[in-house]
Amino acid sequence: MSATTLEPGVSRARLGLRAAMIAAVAILAAFPILNQLPQDSVFHVSDFLVSVSGKWICYAILALSLDLAWGYAGILSLGHGAFFALGGYCMGMHLMRLIGPRGVYGHPVLPDFMVFLGYQELPWYWLGFNHFAFAMLMVLLVPGFLALVLGWLCFRSRITGVYLSIITQAMTYALMLAFFRNDMGFGGNNGFTDFKELLGMPLNTGTARAALFYASLVTLVAAYLLCRWMTGTKYGRVLTAIRDAENRVRFLGYDTTSHKLFAFVVSAMLAGLAGALYVPQVGIINPGEFSPGNSIEAVIWVAVGGRGTLVGAALGAFSVNGLKTWLTSAAPDLWLFVLGALFVAVTLFLPKGLIGLMQGRGK
Amino acid sequence: MGRAPARPIRTVMKRILLLLILLAASALPAHAQDAFVSALSGLGGNFNAQAEATARLGSLGDARALPALRALSEGRLLRTADGTLLIREGSGLVDAATGAPVAAPDPEPQRISINNRVRAALRGALGQLQILSTDPAERLAAAEAVFRTRSADNIPLLETALGRETVPRIKDQLALALAASRLVSPDRAAKLAGIAALGEGSSAEARSLLLEARAANADLTEQIDGAIASIDRRLAVRRVAETAFQGLSLGSVLLLAALGLAVTFGVMGVINMAHGEFVMLGAYTTVIVQDLLRDVPALQPWSLPLAVPAAFLVTAAAGALMERGLIRHLYGRPLETLLMTFGVGMMIQQAVRLIFGAQNREVISPPWMQGTLLLPFDIPVTANRLWILCFSLVVFGLIVAAIRFTRFGLEMRAVTQRRPIAAAMGIRTGRVDALTFAFGSGIAGIAGVALSQIDNVSPNLGTGYIIDSFLVVVFGGVGSLAGTLIAAFGLGVINKMLEPWAGAVLAKVFVLVAVMIFIQRRPRGLFPQKGRAAEA
Repeated sequence: MSATTLEPGVSRARLGLRAAMIAAVAILAAFPILNQLPQDSVFHVSDFLVSVSGKWICYAILALSLDLAWGYAGILSLGHGAFFALGGYCMGMHLMRLIGPRGVYGHPVLPDFMVFLGYQELPWYWLGFNHFAFAMLMVLLVPGFLALVLGWLCFRSRITGVYLSIITQAMTYALMLAFFRNDMGFGGNNGFTDFKELLGMPLNTGTARAALFYASLVTLVAAYLLCRWMTGTKYGRVLTAIRDAENRVRFLGYDTTSHKLFAFVVSAMLAGLAGALYVPQVGIINPGEFSPGNSIEAVIWVAVGGRGTLVGAALGAFSVNGLKTWLTSAAPDLWLFVLGALFVAVTLFLPKGLIGLMQGRGK
Repeated sequence: MGRAPARPIRTVMKRILLLLILLAASALPAHAQDAFVSALSGLGGNFNAQAEATARLGSLGDARALPALRALSEGRLLRTADGTLLIREGSGLVDAATGAPVAAPDPEPQRISINNRVRAALRGALGQLQILSTDPAERLAAAEAVFRTRSADNIPLLETALGRETVPRIKDQLALALAASRLVSPDRAAKLAGIAALGEGSSAEARSLLLEARAANADLTEQIDGAIASIDRRLAVRRVAETAFQGLSLGSVLLLAALGLAVTFGVMGVINMAHGEFVMLGAYTTVIVQDLLRDVPALQPWSLPLAVPAAFLVTAAAGALMERGLIRHLYGRPLETLLMTFGVGMMIQQAVRLIFGAQNREVISPPWMQGTLLLPFDIPVTANRLWILCFSLVVFGLIVAAIRFTRFGLEMRAVTQRRPIAAAMGIRTGRVDALTFAFGSGIAGIAGVALSQIDNVSPNLGTGYIIDSFLVVVFGGVGSLAGTLIAAFGLGVINKMLEPWAGAVLAKVFVLVAVMIFIQRRPRGLFPQKGRAAEA
């Protein structure tokens, strides 16, 4: 697995990649500024492109988190969409609390759907979500806790490979079914929408879009640096070794369970953060985000970009979603064929993804 | 009719005399004619007279009163200026007493209106009269009507009707009505008989009747409580049996969906996420077979049995193609296989959506799969569920037999147990791989035929089953067909047991969580494989 070692070996390909990454971040960072240019300018970036690339950045964070689990710890999670959605729901709860009396029913505290369902008071698990800091803490803690419990149970019983994948898929499926229920207190199948503001900043304005865009971009860069640092330490080396031969590492005396668990929990927290950034940008969160299809789509981003390379995950998220945005408007019937074909082609012909392709050229 | 014992003997004698005198003059019993005609005329009076006349007509038991009573309840009974009653039949008029058509009189006859009291009396009287009708459906409806308007006056009528009745269902309803009527009779012995009869039954209706009677009859509390307790016992047994059947039925669906996977994943170890799509292809094959046979009326009832081999062949071919073309290149890399097959499933689904449309396709059930049957303990069972339950067991038996007793099964077991040795023995392992995968896929197709009878045939039919199927296979123990069987029925029954107090969705969530926890306690399922296969 030479592609995954992080030696600062000064190969030309690696340098080129690094330059390309910095350039890509710089171009992305320029988007909201270019958006201010007059419409007829060549460099004008449309509102649509800004908001859609803001979404892609969130997807890239999710892909990064998945790559940490799958590419470095060998945990193929088919339920990362659940962590993403849980983070999104925590942010959604905060945004719902901020609506206050501006809802359709004008209730000072209860969100519209609770008034509609006849709630008398806020359920206990909604308390505290009116504070931004508390909500942000939950964005990290809720997915992290779920990952901790699930991971602890699974890794301890040495459930690996496909079994783990199916369990994570069942987890997100069960959560989807549960969140579809009205009595859960999370808005049933309508979820949360009609958000008004965040941190005193009205949503649906150019400023808010730009601010969320930059917040996402900063988070993406920070998440990348965190993952790179993690995988570069001794801990990261052990993690990679666990991925390749778990039993040998265990026999060498390492506690593989806690190594994997740590990576899984960090990964889930990153996914939750991505979801929290995603929700105010798209303006809605509903149980559909838990659907197993979403999680497996995230896996294919990582696979397309190149598993175990971090940059590849982000690259995959951008390229697959770019393709999706273009195809779903150009030839909507074709998109699922193309996505399906991507699954087949990448696994059969491109096991190292786009990054592998580039590195193969560079050498 | 049957009131003779309560009537003074003098009246009877007088009637017999009258009868003898008038017998020659009239085709009808003259006394009845008198009573009928005089009672009928009451329908034209005020509300009190109407109610009394209605009740009398009901207890007379003369079928000729039926048209007039029906006309009254439907607002078609008219009164001429001289008091004659006419019935509007379509555009014409007939005499209410004789049924003979009459010309429209002048002045225009008036419509007779009724109030709620008369309406209630009408319901009772119509019930009493219809209870002796020749039409079984009418009799059943009448028995139900009499049950609702229960009164001690109906007892003799019901006894007569019960004596004549031959249809079991109507008989049950009549007995219930009789018991209910006895319950309100002033006679203590009749009351006790009614309580005892109700206690024999097992309906919630009987139970609520007894509860009602309990408040009114303080002296009979003990007997009534006994009867209620016996009904409760029977209801409890029925509830358990009902839940058990529903659970088995759900289990049979899970079993069908999981069996193919038990072969491809359980025996071969290939993880096929397109399994659900093979099930869906089987369901669409059923639709196609049915459409092809549309022009051959003789074969139409057989379209479903014919769809079974057709679906097997179609999906087996698809499976063989997929194994040879794609999966074989990824042996030993389960995670990649998982992703690749998911992609294939996506493409199959989209292809079906483009060819057949996204909306549901209709599958006609053959007549022998329609309707509801009653099992012992009065458990209502839909015929198609029962057939699918039997079908799943037959398919299971055939798979076990195929693996255990055929040459192909032997080679399959040899290859999965120790591939190099099997190859050294001259088994063409590649061919066996392809055949095994085709076999498993074909079973998925057969499942699709069965599921087309109870689920919507749409392109995403399969997605709903894939997670459940994997859990069933893993729960039962990978590689163990018997484990799959027990896991499917076990999960089905547990799911249905949880449903009454948790709701359908939450029950499913509970079962998913329980299986996840169980797998963590025993990663190799209920029936782990022993020996070398377990080490792989």
